[in-house]
Amino acid sequence: MPTECLSFVGRANDLHKSALTPHTNEMKLVFLADPLAVRQALKASMTGLARLHLTADERGMIEIVLAEVLNNVVEHAYGQDAQGIIELQIKRAGDQLHFTVLDDGVPLSDGNIPQTPRQSLSGPVSHLPEGGFGWSLIKELTRDLRYMHRGNRNKLVFTISLADTRIS
Amino acid sequence: MELAHTDTATARVITVEENRIDAAIAISFKDQMRELTEGSPDRIVLDMTQVDFIDSSGLGAIVAVMKQACPDKSFELANLSPTVEKVFKLTRMDTVFTIHASVEAALGNGLADAD
Repeated sequence: MPTECLSFVGRANDLHKSALTPHTNEMKLVFLADPLAVRQALKASMTGLARLHLTADERGMIEIVLAEVLNNVVEHAYGQDAQGIIELQIKRAGDQLHFTVLDDGVPLSDGNIPQTPRQSLSGPVSHLPEGGFGWSLIKELTRDLRYMHRGNRNKLVFTISLADTRIS
Repeated sequence: MELAHTDTATARVITVEENRIDAAIAISFKDQMRELTEGSPDRIVLDMTQVDFIDSSGLGAIVAVMKQACPDKSFELANLSPTVEKVFKLTRMDTVFTIHASVEAALGNGLADAD
């Protein structure tokens, strides 16, 4: 019953704090694993974080990381034919933003975060890579990146340090 | 996915009329760019002024467009927003593309001819 399954998403969303508040310092979003829902979730995340008065650089960094992580779930964990749900939790502790992304899709291959060897860009244009940027962007912009698979759930956790971004 | 284009004597300026080039529109972007680069002048400048955000799918699509245009045509970028520029720098794609501060800078006085 896909329709009934999905109808709870909207309500589930309403039940959770979808913006950081001074009381909780955490927010949670639940949404469908498809590219347009990911777009909306990114927008909702950035709106939810507005109270932190992030710099443009920090906002850009967070949005890049979240887009890569969430699109990975859509494209790889669930794939083209499967429908599924993604849960995103954000907690703030001082200058650290802790992110948790949960899904019930296929585990990462080899049960771990892929290696990201430095891709060669020096050859002819026809040899340039058109993909494989996602995980390297995530690794560059986060710290304490960890992946776990328990039961049927994939769990990815990572931290973005707000203070660090003010350095660059 | 909205793209507009203007031709000068020597270049085609393609303007992305979207705020994002992301996974949701990467394929449509690539398809439309393929149509617009076929039969264009030898120089193509992609005006990214309106694009606030790009993800790795969008970046991959831009690389694919350049691969398709080369070696017959020059494919260049103009006016990257700070976040878009960050993605190009982190992936070192800023070393691969010719990137101009603006369309005017890319064309010199050529833009006046376009009107």
